[in-house]
Amino acid sequence: MNKCTERLYNGIVKENPTFILMLGMCPTLAVTTSAINGVGMGLSTTVVLMFSNMLISALRKIIPDRVRIPAYIVVVATLVTIVQLLLQAYVPSIYAALGIYIPLIVVNCIILGRAESYASKSPVLESTFDGLGMGLGFTVALTVIGLIREILGSGAAFGISFIPEEFHISIFVLAPGAFFVLAILTALQNKFKAPSATNGSVPHSGLACGGDCMSCSGSSCMSNHDKIEADKSAASDKE
Amino acid sequence: MKELLLIAIGSALVNNVVLSQFLGLCPFLGVSKSVKTSAGMGAAVIFVITIASFATSMIYKYILASEFLHLEYLQTIVFILVIAALVQFVEMFLKKSMPSLYEALGVYLPLITTNCAVLGVALTNVQKSYNILESVVNGVGISVGFTIAIIMLAGVRERIENNDIPFTFKGSPIVLITSGLMAIAFFGFSGLIK
Repeated sequence: MNKCTERLYNGIVKENPTFILMLGMCPTLAVTTSAINGVGMGLSTTVVLMFSNMLISALRKIIPDRVRIPAYIVVVATLVTIVQLLLQAYVPSIYAALGIYIPLIVVNCIILGRAESYASKSPVLESTFDGLGMGLGFTVALTVIGLIREILGSGAAFGISFIPEEFHISIFVLAPGAFFVLAILTALQNKFKAPSATNGSVPHSGLACGGDCMSCSGSSCMSNHDKIEADKSAASDKE
Repeated sequence: MKELLLIAIGSALVNNVVLSQFLGLCPFLGVSKSVKTSAGMGAAVIFVITIASFATSMIYKYILASEFLHLEYLQTIVFILVIAALVQFVEMFLKKSMPSLYEALGVYLPLITTNCAVLGVALTNVQKSYNILESVVNGVGISVGFTIAIIMLAGVRERIENNDIPFTFKGSPIVLITSGLMAIAFFGFSGLIK
């Protein structure tokens, strides 16, 4: 398997950002009221992630190390603004449905996480494919969660309804349903001992903290910081 | 006055930031292990969101949306940079002049930069075209709502810590189910405002 397809496989299956690394939970829960919203959110994030990885990887030798995070944020925020304007112009229905969550792609930890852990040290082509793979993994996850919630909650799949109204469990398209679907998902991962950051069985994530926003408490940020510092001093010792 | 009260109640209880808007979910699930830490996190969030919503609405009104510039499309970029700089600044200020407060809130401050609730509040203020006073009230309401939710969840989590939970549901699943039940309970507030 060559490097580019390996990145795609890694993003979609091996290190799926939602199912396995548990990153970017806010949009995952908020916009998955229907499958089509999941697809819209996923693809918008994919575009941002792909181009931000590409640009950050191309600029990785120019951006000074000390201001890299603000620089990444500017790159990501610019891309998000472009995507937002394009959606507003060409797909107004998705734009209206996703609302405030489009500009909030900026603070999605998947994007800065990939920039920091992969794009800042890898060549352009591989970084682009890494972004594409991660983005598609996120899209698949959002679509699946959206589909489950749509089928249970409004008896439809991609807007085509097939379950009569008496059998809808409308709580699943409301806010609590998002929590319940995700709870069942993580419970199943625990049950089958599937790899997931929530049960601490993802050993080889590029992020020093190992992902898992769900049980992060700042202390992991601190250890992440320490690890980056240690890596840096080790690298400068070598030189 | 009545409008301001309605905004505050609406953002704190009716449209609770975590339980119905899903903003700031990471600290909500991550830091809620004990009531003490979650109170610290809540205080830090109230502090930062209040300042940030004031700063961003000032910047939006007088710079981005001013008559000659019309730079509204830059709001996402400007807001995130302002918030990031502001959090750094607050951290330095606290460290220098209020060490005791810094001790209490310090560890949570870097986390807040990437907390989507802060950017979310700034964007909601623009979306609903609130003026500066209304923005600050909305910010306070949202962050108080966050604090209420996180402290309640922490209280429940402390209680269920030693309970006999099936293996499959140990850890995140039971926390998510608790949050789901809290979200249902918060539906009860929706009658408060029409």
